[in-house]
This record gives sequence, structure tokens and C-alpha cells, in this order.
Amino acid sequence: MTDTKFFDEMWGFEENLREPYEKFHDWFKQEDMSRLRAKQREAEDLFRLTGITFNVYGRAEAEERLIPFDIIPRIISGTEWFRLSRGIEQRVRAINAFLHDIYHKQEIIKAGRIPAEMIAANEAFLPQMIGVEPPGGVYTHIVGIDLVRTGAGEFYVLEDNARTPSGVSYMLENRETMLQMFPELFSRNRVQPVQNYPTSLRRSLGATVPVNGTANDGEPVVAVLTPGIFNSAYFEHAFLADQMGVELVEGHDLRVVDGRVAMRTIRGYTPIDVLYRRVDDDFLDPLNFRPDSQLGVPGIMDVYRAGGITIANAPGTGIADDKAIYSYMPDIVEFYTGERPLLNNVPTWRCSNPDDLAYVLDNLSELVVKEVHGSGGYGMLVGPAATKKDIAEFRKKLEARPSNYIAQPTLSLSTVPTFTRAGLSPRHVDLRPFVLVSPNDINVTPGGLTRVALKKGSLVVNSSQGGGTKDTWVLEE
Amino acid sequence: MLGKTANGLFWMYRYLERAENTARLIETGQRIALTRLGDSDEEWRSVLLSAGVWPGYEQYKGELTKEGAIDWLLRSKNNPSSVRACIGTARMNARLVRTALTGEVWESVNAAYMNAEKILARQVSERDLPGCLRTLRQHTALVRGMTHGTMLREANYEFSRLGTFLERADNTGRILDVKYYVLLPSARAVGSALDNVQWESILRSVAARGGFRMGHSSDAGPREITHFLILDQRLPRSLAFCAHRLQDNLKRLNSGRGKPTDSMKLVDMLLRKYLTHEVEAIFEYGLHEFIQEILGLLGDLTAQIQIDYRFYE
Repeated sequence: MTDTKFFDEMWGFEENLREPYEKFHDWFKQEDMSRLRAKQREAEDLFRLTGITFNVYGRAEAEERLIPFDIIPRIISGTEWFRLSRGIEQRVRAINAFLHDIYHKQEIIKAGRIPAEMIAANEAFLPQMIGVEPPGGVYTHIVGIDLVRTGAGEFYVLEDNARTPSGVSYMLENRETMLQMFPELFSRNRVQPVQNYPTSLRRSLGATVPVNGTANDGEPVVAVLTPGIFNSAYFEHAFLADQMGVELVEGHDLRVVDGRVAMRTIRGYTPIDVLYRRVDDDFLDPLNFRPDSQLGVPGIMDVYRAGGITIANAPGTGIADDKAIYSYMPDIVEFYTGERPLLNNVPTWRCSNPDDLAYVLDNLSELVVKEVHGSGGYGMLVGPAATKKDIAEFRKKLEARPSNYIAQPTLSLSTVPTFTRAGLSPRHVDLRPFVLVSPNDINVTPGGLTRVALKKGSLVVNSSQGGGTKDTWVLEE
Repeated sequence: MLGKTANGLFWMYRYLERAENTARLIETGQRIALTRLGDSDEEWRSVLLSAGVWPGYEQYKGELTKEGAIDWLLRSKNNPSSVRACIGTARMNARLVRTALTGEVWESVNAAYMNAEKILARQVSERDLPGCLRTLRQHTALVRGMTHGTMLREANYEFSRLGTFLERADNTGRILDVKYYVLLPSARAVGSALDNVQWESILRSVAARGGFRMGHSSDAGPREITHFLILDQRLPRSLAFCAHRLQDNLKRLNSGRGKPTDSMKLVDMLLRKYLTHEVEAIFEYGLHEFIQEILGLLGDLTAQIQIDYRFYE
């Protein structure tokens, strides 16, 4: 049933049913394929009706598409999760400490653990943030850590998402859909709930009111800022605002009034305390960043620096999830926590370094090469899956701008049985757990979003590249 | 509540109402065509006029045919008021204001859209037309029902109702405006078969045929119909009914906030000046002028609501 080369979440390397899947498998044995196939279709109809779609970029007419959902869950044992979540917490704590240091004393550079040019020459570094104290000391209110597994106990962090990680709405809706379609599975298995996420998100955002925020000690005013209805993640923005019970705003709903960022309501302008923005730094403030941006609020950075609003995540956090900085993460974790990193980093060649570049150029067909600032699976080369022509073309791009790239060995991502036309087949997966940071605590939602590469043998799980999702279960101990 | 959200809700419900009204107009037109009394092409022209889409039709399609008219009203992408375009616009507005809708309302709008896209993907044959129109009307009714049954009675709800009743009043007003000559007491020999068909078509286009028969004797004519559509507060599509709802909605929006808004003053004036008379006074004033002035006021009211509640700035 499984390809023995890869670790399967259900079967391991050797066709031995793994413990977290035992109860699921008892159930599965009793099911017939035609009923499951019907359920698979039912799930799609449910998603379409709920409108859980994403818009595809680069098309003449913004087209709404479903991210394919697969009904076979990815199951993680409570013990495994406990280890993982501790590692995630440690990493996220280090990321916040690193950001504070980078925008203040830069001790890590003085200590020689990171070269100064990694920061100074980095386009994700925002000089406007130097010396700014973010409300509650929190830079990254929301973080997504992308993990992959290659063996029984072997997890690697593939990348950190410290800007505006997306996908949490799929985590929640996948669970909702599974609960509706297979209630019996949830009475057999004790699955840790994820449904508190929106409440926790609102609470954790509300815990970082700005110095000059809500004057009357009332409930903090939180809002979600979206680039608008044509953005690929618009559904998620609306979903989160709705689930939190806060307003969903666009740049043109906002303006600076009396030193606060305020939204235009039917009764006039109301100041906002915490803005969960899903707009990139560049577009946030046409007065301070890109002047052609229609998506932001002119002057919001000045209000922010004066303590009139909290921006979540803080501007400039991209310096921590940059793929070149990624290679320094083990040092960063050690430097700020004084502990050995609990999660592995993937060995990474920095193409800015001539020796590394030479190695990468010699081994392109074996490696995965990524753009330092890329995302969404765009602009990357997966060596073993690429044609000679792809490799030759990529070589030119790499030679032209080496510092724009990093390279990593091609990892043997674990698989999970997945519905295909030919029945169940193993497909590669990753996992993005979501982490909420407040001044008081770090909260990791059990599970996260499992993305699955639906094409046979493919290692690219991004939805823009034909990836799907699965519900992710963390079992109670 | 954001001004943008009020705007989105207002137009979402206007477009849903328009979709339903247009579906009803097509039904009426088709019925008259089938009874083969009078000039059926002329009837389609008056349907297109009532729907306010005649100029576009002339420009894009030219020659007036039954198939052309039905397709233009039902599914043309070049006609922003076609049933399909209206449902699409309503759904786009619903996406914009997703956070102001309950899950059930959103799903019912989305289902209406998905189904409309499916059944209107191709030209609808004469045989399938009645079923298709029925399905479309059921979908819009379902959204209305979900709205009624699940939405909190707060500003969101008031704006959804304002959109509904403004569109409905506008629609009834336009039907009267296009057909006013049929209702003039002296226009024709009262009681001819042709008049009966015309009157019936007016009543059908506002879903009021049954209600009218119940409350009036068999020889009731234009005077009673005019009264019914303009002044009768029991008829949910009469101008007086819609104006009273608009007045209620605006009043609730403003409750506890002191001075009446300009939109409240406008709707008060609309009721006082136009909708408290006897029907004879309307005929005396001139039915056509009377309706024209009401339609103008409804337009002013929309503009004033947009200003009072900061839809755009």
C-alpha cells in the first residue's frame, strides 16, 4: 500500500499500523469505498456552499476555486504533539526575542553569531522599526511554523511564517466538515479540539492594547484589515473577522483622526486599538512605504510609533522568516533561550556564500532551491522532479543573483493515505501548526493545517500548485 | 457598523429583490403572450420598460422578439439587471459583507448563486421556463426567510430591509408608470377582454392577483387596482406599505439618537404628501405625474440614506 522509501503516517516504513491510527483503522476496515467516495463528494459540496474558496492570482477574471479536501485525516499522538509543541514554543519565543534585539541593541550581531550584512542589506528589515517598542512587547502575534517529517521521530522545520501566515480557516473548516460527515469517528477517538482558535486569537490580540488606546477602559476595538475581495485569502479574512466578532476593514474604510486610526462607521469615525492586518508591510502605509499603495492607511506608521494603535503582526517581522535568516535559526534559538533547539533545522546552503554556491551549482538535480523572499511554492526548483531544461534555466537565474537563493537537500516528506481515482494512495504532506503570542503566554493550537501534494510523487504542497488539505488530529493522551 | 457594510447590505438586498421582481415580470409577460390577446411584442416592450432595461435591449439586441426579451431579462451578461446578473451582484455584495450576515443567510445566497449559474448557463427553453422561474423565486424567498429567521434586529437588519423596500417600491412604481394608461378610468370601454388581461398582468407582476380577488367584487376595475397598488397597506408590494416600512426602519435606526435624519424627513414627506389621499385625488392630479414624482423621491431617498449613513465617505 505504501511506497517503502517514505515514512507513512499510518503505516510507518514497514506496513505496521501505527498506534495513533489504530481506532481509525478499525473504523476504516468496516467502510466501503463507494460510501467514502460519496462522502468525499459531499465534503466538496459542503465547502462550495460555505464558500471556502481562494482566488487565483494572474487570471483575467478572478476565479474562485476550492482547495481540494481529503477525508483521510492526519493523526498525531498526544505524546508526539507534546514534544513538537514544546519545540514550537521555544522557536517562537526565540523569534520574538530576535526581532526585539534586531530592532534595538543588535546584540546577536555584536556577538558575531549573525553577520551584520544579513540584516542591513536585507529588504525585509524595516529601518522605520528601529527603537520602536511594540505594545505588550509582542512582534509576532500569529506565527505558522511549517514542519515536515521524514521518519518516526524526525521532524524538521521547513520554514517559519512570521509575517501574515494563512491557512488557519482551512484548519477550522476541515474539522467542522469532518465533524458533520463522520461524527462516529469523533466518538471513537478523543481528538483535541481546535475550535477555540478564534476566541483565543481575539483574546490574545486584545491583550496588546497600545499605550494610547481605548481611553475609557472598555473592550479593546479589534479589526481585521484585508486587501479586499479579490485577494486570494479574502475568504479567510472574512472568516476570521466573523468568528472573532470584529469588523473586517479595507484601507478606504480607515483614516487617521486625532492621532488614532479610525474606521468609518454609519455614525462617524471609531478608533481602532488593534489591527490584525493581512496586508503586507510594503502596502501598509503609502506615506511611509510604497507610495502607490491603495490598500493601506496613510500615516498609520506614525500613529503606530506614537502608541496609538497595535499592528499585528508588527511591521518588519519578515526579517525573522526570511529564508536566508532561516539557516541561522539554531544559533538564534540558542542565543536567546540558552537552550539547545528542540526542533531540527533543514541543512541549508546559502548561495550568497561562494563555496555553498559552487556546491549547489554542482548538485542542482539533487537539491531544492528557493528564493529568499519567495512564498507559495513559486520561483523554486525541486531538483529531482525537474527536467534538464528547467535546471538549465534555473542555473542562469541562480548565477545572475546568487544571494537571492538558498538550497536544501530534497527531504523525504512523510506520506498519508489519500483518496485518488485508483483508491487510497500515499501522498506527501507537511504540517503548519498555528501559534498565538500574547504578552502572557504562547498558545499552540493542537494540530494545524496538513497540506498534501495530490500529484503522485510531488513534494510541493502549496494550494497554488495543486496541493490539498486534510484534517489534522492530535489525540488526547 | 461600517458605512461600507451598510452599503453592501443595502445593495445586496436591492439586487435580490430586483432579481425576484424581474423573474415575476417575465412570468407575467409569458402568460400574456400565451393568452394571445393584444399585441404580444408590445407586451414584451412594456415588460422591458417596467424592468427599466429597454434602452439596453434596443442597443444590444435591436429587434424585439419574445426569445430575445426573455433571454435579456433572465440571463444576459450585458444587462446588469438580468436575474442572473442581479443574483451575481447580490452574492458579490454578500461576500463583501460576509461578517454582517449569519452563516445561514450567506449559505442561502451562495446556493442561490450556484444554482442560478447552473440553470442559466444556457438559454432556457420555453418548456423549462416556468420551472426555472419558480426555482429562482424560491431561492430569493429562502434568503429572505433566513434573513427574517436568523438576523439580529439591529442596524444590519434595518439596512437589509431598506434595500428591499426601496427596490420593491421602485419596481411597483415602474410597473404603474408603464401601464398607467391602462388604468385611466376613461381610456377604454371598461370590462373589455383586453382590459381584463392588462389589469390581470399588472396584478400578477406584483403577486397580488389572489389578494385582490379576495377583497374586491368581480366588477372591480382600474380605480380599485390603482388604490390597491398605491394606497392599500395590506398589500406588501404597494407603495404605501413599502413607504411605511421604510419609515419604520429609518426610525429604528435613529432611535435614541435625537433629531430626525434627513432621510427620515424625506420619507415622512413622501407619505404625507403622496400616500394619504383618496385614489380620486390621484387621478385628478394625474396618475402619470404622480408616479413620476414618487419615483424621483425614491431616488432622492436612496441618495440621502447613503449620505446619512456614510456609505462612501
